[in-house]
Amino acid sequence: MRLSDLPKGTPAVVDGVHDAHVDDPIAQRLRDLGFVDGEPVRVVAVGPMGGDPVLIQIGFTRFALRRAEAARVSVRSEIVA
Amino acid sequence: MSASTLRIALVGNPNCGKTALFNQLTGGRQKVANYAGVTVERKEGRFTAPSGRVLQILDLPGTYSLEANSPDEQITRDVCAGQFPGEAVPDLIVCVADATNLRLHLRFVLEVKRLGRPVVLALNMMDTARHRGIVIDVPELQRRLGLPVVETVAVKRGGARALIERVDGEVPLAAPVQADDAASRSDLHGQVRELLAATVTMPRTTAALDDALDRWALHPVFGLAILAVVMFLVFQAVYAAGKPMSDLIGGAFGWMGEHVAVLMPAGPLQSLVVNGLFGGLGTVIGFLPVILVLFLFILTLEESGYLPRAAFLLDRLMLSVGLTGRSFIPLLSSFACAIPGIMGTRSIQDPRDRLATILIAPLMTCSARLPVYALLIGAFIPMHKVFGIFNLQGVVLFALYLAGILGAMAVGWVMKHIRRDKSEHALLMELPSYRMPKLRDVAIGLYERGAIFMKRLTGVILGLTVLMWFLSTFPGPPADATGPAINYSFAGYLGRGLQYIFAPIGFNWQISLALIPAFAARETAVAALATVYLVGGDAAGGLGHALAGQFSLASALSLLVWFAYAPQCMSTLAIIRRETNSWRNVVISFGYMFALAYTASFIVYQVTRMLT
Ligand SMILES: Nc1nc2c(ncn2[C@@H]2O[C@H](COP(=O)(O)OP(=O)(O)OP(=O)(O)O)[C@@H](O)[C@H]2O)c(=O)[nH]1
Repeated sequence: MRLSDLPKGTPAVVDGVHDAHVDDPIAQRLRDLGFVDGEPVRVVAVGPMGGDPVLIQIGFTRFALRRAEAARVSVRSEIVA
Repeated sequence: MSASTLRIALVGNPNCGKTALFNQLTGGRQKVANYAGVTVERKEGRFTAPSGRVLQILDLPGTYSLEANSPDEQITRDVCAGQFPGEAVPDLIVCVADATNLRLHLRFVLEVKRLGRPVVLALNMMDTARHRGIVIDVPELQRRLGLPVVETVAVKRGGARALIERVDGEVPLAAPVQADDAASRSDLHGQVRELLAATVTMPRTTAALDDALDRWALHPVFGLAILAVVMFLVFQAVYAAGKPMSDLIGGAFGWMGEHVAVLMPAGPLQSLVVNGLFGGLGTVIGFLPVILVLFLFILTLEESGYLPRAAFLLDRLMLSVGLTGRSFIPLLSSFACAIPGIMGTRSIQDPRDRLATILIAPLMTCSARLPVYALLIGAFIPMHKVFGIFNLQGVVLFALYLAGILGAMAVGWVMKHIRRDKSEHALLMELPSYRMPKLRDVAIGLYERGAIFMKRLTGVILGLTVLMWFLSTFPGPPADATGPAINYSFAGYLGRGLQYIFAPIGFNWQISLALIPAFAARETAVAALATVYLVGGDAAGGLGHALAGQFSLASALSLLVWFAYAPQCMSTLAIIRRETNSWRNVVISFGYMFALAYTASFIVYQVTRMLT
């Protein structure tokens, strides 16, 4: 599933970030910010107009991402251990 | 430079408190605010450590990674790598990390460590970390990182003591340089996880307060409502609290002027002192309270952490007019003054978004327009109550602010559509924790702004006022003169010449003339009008009265609209030139704003004339 499709409040885990095109600086930045395999994420809020941007909780930080940016991140639902 | 000088560079993720720490160390007063991207230039300061050694401190823009994305991040990368022109490699890098946000910040620490330079890690915001029950095993972290680690609280007096002691001691050994390739970069995250697991315990990942506040502040409906209320209250307060104080000051200066006049022999010099200095400058100085009230709100909002929330709410809207949510903060600072606003755009990564923001920033109603607005509104708009609570004058002021914003949106929209490169723009914006603004910081900020205003007043504005007085006094009228003396002065001729251009939008020659000094500093228009009318002898009962008697409502409204859009203030054009490094952008700014202002004023003037 893509992060942009994750419903608000549902906990999930990052699978990885896909480059939208070769040498995608946005994808690289997302990886630097901690969107890497195994990292728990959650959609905290969505923007008032068209649900864009989305606010993502990752690690101890909150990032606002546009939908096109969030779509680069694939996530899986969290398996409750 | 003496051999014992130690060059220290402060680096870290945005908003980790580097600048607060810099101020703490050097006694400086650099701007600190609660959002990413406050520091956009390298700043330098120095202090003498207890050992007598001179420490030279560089404050650098915050960056998430050394793989730079924006101009301000490049500065940081280049300085750290010793590639910044004219800047020696720092002897020591102090890497600042927010102790409440280590998952993100430790990765950058590891990245810096790989540069192979001596590094000290400062765990900042330890007060908040403790408050939230975060426990960090510092000795273990230090052992695992192989770097000296100290705790700091940059906003508390003495909160940097441990850091000073550490940097004043021996320079730590550098870690070996490590290659920077994609594989080792992604490995950094794994190392951070291990470090965190071994050294940090956190009761919960977020601050409970942030969660609670954001539920409201970012709510699709309430969030927007809150934003609208906040903005509206700011502008009502500026008028309600600032205006009475301004009137008081203006009155006091008028009164002093009258008393001084009695002591001086009549003649040109008396007229300079009474009309130019007490009349002109007194009117401008009267606006100090209005400006301070505006800054009180802006500084409080900046420090609270609310602004990035507003940027989040407005991102979609701004995107539709060719901007980004990130433009919100530079544009909001432009309400104070376009110059810091335009400089603040450096934190916008996308060059297209940045240029668009720079071009429209001068349309935001800066504080230098307030004196002009307040004067004209006071003279022409009655003090009615609207809906029982709002003051009509406040509503008109709000409408002028809105006119600036709507104009900017229209310009942004047009630029978006004529732009050729339509590839994707990124947002990627961190939302910081909410923080209670500190009285002391706000007070310092206000003092700084007040000082800048007074400096402008005693420098540029004073000079221009004297010049205007000179122009409107000399040459004296011929013996057989029939009209007022000013009609025969340089000012009279100059104003009448300009009037050819400005008559269609309803400006008389006095206004046309006042537009010249307004190009250097907008506030001067008020002083200039005061000088012209006082020298002309039409100003019994104050400038407001004189204007109300001399202009039609149509001219007044047209002038208000002109000030909302016109390309004024040379300093803004100069800063556009500096920030974009292009005269072309200066010409574009000037040209489009002139056209916009002229058209809008023309319409307002002609329509009002038809209606009244
Ligand atoms: N509670 C607490 N707040 C702090 C501390 N240090 C800094 N702050 C606050 O953190 C915010 C960010 O501080 P800045 O000094 O502007 O951060 P910066 O790292 O220079 O940020 P950029 O210029 O954006 O890179 C401000 O609101 C400060 O008041 C600290 O030790 N404790």
